Amino acid sequence: MAEVTTIRPFTAAAFNQYLAEHKLMTVKCTKCDSVYAPPRAICPKCHSEEMEWVEASGKGKLAGFTVIYSGPTFMVEQGFDKKNPYVSGIVELEEGTFISARITGLDMSKPAEIKVGTPLKVDFVEFGEGDAKKTYLAFKA
Amino acid sequence: MPKVKPLPRGVAMVGAGMSKFGAFAEKNSRDLFVESYKAMTKSVDKGFDPSRIDAMYVGNFSSDQFEHQAHIAPILADAIGLLPIPATRVEDACASGGVALRQGVMAIASGMADVVLVGGAEKMTALNTAAVTEALATAADVPFEIPAGFTFPGFYAAMASAYMAQYGMKSEHLMNVAIKNHDNAALNPNAQFGVTIQTWMEGRVAAALKKGKPAPTWSSIWDFLHDESGNPIIAYPLRLFDCSPVSDGAAAILLVAEEIAHQFTDHPIHIIGSAQASGSALHDRPSLTSIPAAKTAAANAYEMAGVTAKDIRIAEVHDCFTIAEVIASEDLGFFAPGEGFKAAEDGMTARNGAKPINTSGGLKAKGHPVGASGVAQAVEVWKQMQGQAEARQVDGDVSLALTHNVGATGSTCTVHVFERRN
Repeated sequence: MAEVTTIRPFTAAAFNQYLAEHKLMTVKCTKCDSVYAPPRAICPKCHSEEMEWVEASGKGKLAGFTVIYSGPTFMVEQGFDKKNPYVSGIVELEEGTFISARITGLDMSKPAEIKVGTPLKVDFVEFGEGDAKKTYLAFKA
Repeated sequence: MPKVKPLPRGVAMVGAGMSKFGAFAEKNSRDLFVESYKAMTKSVDKGFDPSRIDAMYVGNFSSDQFEHQAHIAPILADAIGLLPIPATRVEDACASGGVALRQGVMAIASGMADVVLVGGAEKMTALNTAAVTEALATAADVPFEIPAGFTFPGFYAAMASAYMAQYGMKSEHLMNVAIKNHDNAALNPNAQFGVTIQTWMEGRVAAALKKGKPAPTWSSIWDFLHDESGNPIIAYPLRLFDCSPVSDGAAAILLVAEEIAHQFTDHPIHIIGSAQASGSALHDRPSLTSIPAAKTAAANAYEMAGVTAKDIRIAEVHDCFTIAEVIASEDLGFFAPGEGFKAAEDGMTARNGAKPINTSGGLKAKGHPVGASGVAQAVEVWKQMQGQAEARQVDGDVSLALTHNVGATGSTCTVHVFERRN
């Protein structure tokens, strides 16, 4: 049973705060029941402003992916490079909405064998110490 | 869907020019824009008095990040002696140029201006490749897409992975797009990479021999394109030759009200369709194999122009990556979903094919100075419609042409339809 929590603002900061608590939260429109991730303050389908946070089940499947050999600085700092690539993907959540995430648990030496449709489970990757610690949304194959 | 209203006043292109695209250590965006403006003025058959220009719109994605220079529009207007006309910088990522073109169309159609200069300029090569990649990444939905590690090659690679899974395409199929666009660019003196892939490969062998190194033994361009040392993987499944380059360059076109076009040329190119649409981040779409904003912009531009996809003779589309050209050829209605990669393989999009795409060499080989690209597409349309495309001129009459310019993964798309009537 998904947990409904009290209202935090529908912002990137609140979404990231939830990630730090190891929760992937979606936003649901209380008028038309549409579910969104990342958060939205206004429902694009019915324009209602009555939204609520709902925790996602954490189950999903791979809708599209890439193996990146040359990433942005923050990924290089986390130890990724040409010899140690990583996977970024678009995940279709069980709730029917999609989100961008890092994908773990795949054999990156054989990218041609990574399959769109692979079942995934939410994961949370932490990097940095103390105040600099950041939690990244990931999905594990 | 945005409402499609007819243009309240006709708009015509009466001149077009571009700088050479490439990497120019000694030139900034201002210098390149001056070159493009001079080329444009030469293209106006009957000449014109620059003081007739009422306004200027210039596409530029990020001179702030690339050159540490913001507020670039009045600087560019000053450089070509157009002060004090209103000069406006337009930013919608890689669609900045296409959106600037549309602003120019609207300024004339509304009656607020009679003569408008539309430009685009970007100077990217002062930064190294890693810094350029990060600057381009700011065009994404930064808080929600970037933490996943995505880069722009990565976004389009993810679209390619979904397309391959849905339609059975192999990554090899995308090489047909790169080969064709390099073939076209080899005939375009303004292209950054004006060489065929065959010539490129032979150059690599010659360079190795000159240095006394063992020469690579590629047996064909296909061998070269499959080889990690010839064509390294950037973001699986995309390789180096699937990606447009980092470029410096500028483009300029002159738009005027239809009723005064004959004062500038006997052969104006009428802009009969102009549309723009916006889209979500890549993850917020029902499908990764099509760009909804492109389909909307195309439908609206066709409706405004009163034409269909079938009527279009040539198109310049936004091939920032090879997969983007395949998807564009479907979103524009030239081919059915899942058929675009086969059309490229069958030569249908080649210069002598049924639907020539990117006769200029496209972003892939002509170069992609991002804010200039949407305007440079109109420059190629101008040349093809005037019969001035030299060795790359397509056969027969080019009476209808189209440009398709995309920002980010499709958060912005513009489509323009051009007509030559005589």
